[in-house]
Amino acid sequence: MTATTSQRAKTRRAAAKTPIVALRDASLRFGSRTLWSRLNLQVHPGEFVAVLGPNGAGKTSLLRAILGLQPLTSGSIELLGAPVRRGHRQVGYIPQQRLVDRGIPLRARDFVGLGLDGHRFGLALPSGARRRAVDTMLATIDATSFAASRMGNLSGGEQQRLRIGQALIGNPRLLLCDEPLISLDLNQQRAVSNLINASRRSAGRAVVMITHDINPVLGMVDTVVYLAGGQVRTGTVDGVLTSAVLSELYQTPVDVIRTRGRILVVGLPDTAYEGHEAAPGHPPGGLP
Amino acid sequence: MTNLWSELFSFSNYGELLILLRNSILAAAVLGLTGGLVGVFVMARDLPFAVHAISELSFAGAAAGLLFGIGVVEGSLAGSLTAALLIGILGSRARDRNSIIAVLMPFGLGLGIVCLSLYTGRAANKFGLLTGQIVAVDNPRLLSLLIICGIVIAALLVIWRPLMFVSVDPQVAEARGVHSVALSIAFMILLGMATAVSVQIVGALLVLSVLVTPAAAALRVSASPVLVPLLSTLFALTAMLGGIMLALGGSIPISPYVTTISFLIYLACRAWAAHHNRQARSTPIGIAHDSPR
Repeated sequence: MTATTSQRAKTRRAAAKTPIVALRDASLRFGSRTLWSRLNLQVHPGEFVAVLGPNGAGKTSLLRAILGLQPLTSGSIELLGAPVRRGHRQVGYIPQQRLVDRGIPLRARDFVGLGLDGHRFGLALPSGARRRAVDTMLATIDATSFAASRMGNLSGGEQQRLRIGQALIGNPRLLLCDEPLISLDLNQQRAVSNLINASRRSAGRAVVMITHDINPVLGMVDTVVYLAGGQVRTGTVDGVLTSAVLSELYQTPVDVIRTRGRILVVGLPDTAYEGHEAAPGHPPGGLP
Repeated sequence: MTNLWSELFSFSNYGELLILLRNSILAAAVLGLTGGLVGVFVMARDLPFAVHAISELSFAGAAAGLLFGIGVVEGSLAGSLTAALLIGILGSRARDRNSIIAVLMPFGLGLGIVCLSLYTGRAANKFGLLTGQIVAVDNPRLLSLLIICGIVIAALLVIWRPLMFVSVDPQVAEARGVHSVALSIAFMILLGMATAVSVQIVGALLVLSVLVTPAAAALRVSASPVLVPLLSTLFALTAMLGGIMLALGGSIPISPYVTTISFLIYLACRAWAAHHNRQARSTPIGIAHDSPR
């Protein structure tokens, strides 16, 4: 017992040293268009990385590259110390929202359960441990009240929480989320981002989140990756989200304004609009 | 009136008929089992229209098999597998899929009609391919049906979970290492096989009543991943066996009985769901009584 515990502690310490994701000089080109080039990034356990940038800058492609589903044009990506391969059990992925069809014979709890063993062949045998794991996750994501409802009948916010539950129940080392807060109201945004944030430090889990608006996760983000015009800027929020850096990236004067604990970006080209104005009723000071 | 009635339903010498048609009853049962299970994924993957196209090409293949003396079973399998693979490979996106299906369907039907017009053998064979015939299930044909359905059911149970995962969200499933393309193609092959055997029994025009209606009915009353396949299979079995029992007595083909029973079950399920919904306005459809809300 103690042997396994100390062994586990040792592997955890060793794991803490190796980055969960390491991109080296990574570039992605589609035809003559360079999405991003010379991207260097190391994501460590417990780290929260926000990926920002205009539409079409290759944010989703970056996540797909980390998943091994999108080959790089040049450079390399390592996941947990090994070159990426197609799909990985240690990675939880929440792609951009797409509502579940009513023809899918799954209730909320079955949907979350897919995250445990959906990849396995053969039929699932009833198991108490599995049931408890699903129940615990449903409670964590505050979905117990609609656990037995048909997936296709649930609202966008409810489905989004379940998608996070499905990603987290496999206890992944890395959580990749693509605009998880979109189409959610402010309360739900807060619930979902707190959920993602809470799950990372205790479990040594890294989070890479694509978001068009940094404000809901402002107090949580350690590192910002800003993709625009084929270029990349990486650093802290204060280091990257400045008028100077964004003006250089967009090659047009851009103002970054900090007010009441929120960051507003003004003067972006129309195609790259982001940085929402404060919504009515939003508490001053933003998120903790 | 009595004449029509006795054409539709006649039960003289019923016991003897049952023994004579043991093969047909067995075939109906196995087909019901297969259709009920395959139908769950036809619904989950939004493929009812594809089933129709596959059955038309299966009909063309069967007609060609009849004309060239290759055999109906071989011909219909070849036709439906070709259609299923074309739809599976070319139509991964819903929009593409619909246009490919619409292109394939009249082509298959036309081809089949050409073959049947040229065929000079028994006319009953011709009609049977379109509207079904259950009486002439001889031993070799029963054996081929049992083997094909056995393969379909076994393979489907093996890939059930990952196939469901891929049907819900292919991107998440792929991220977990599930091969969504391979599974989709595998399912199309199984669907092609199931369609081919269904065409030989219920006929090309009415395949949907075995491969789609029972699952659609089950989805009306439940969203449980266990209950939906069970109910769907039960409904398909009821339609097939009920259909054959009634068809034995009358002189018209089996398919109208099957389609009618299937349709009535569907109506009943819709009515049940509507009633259930009215009772619990805020409660979404689903067998969910055991959970507190």
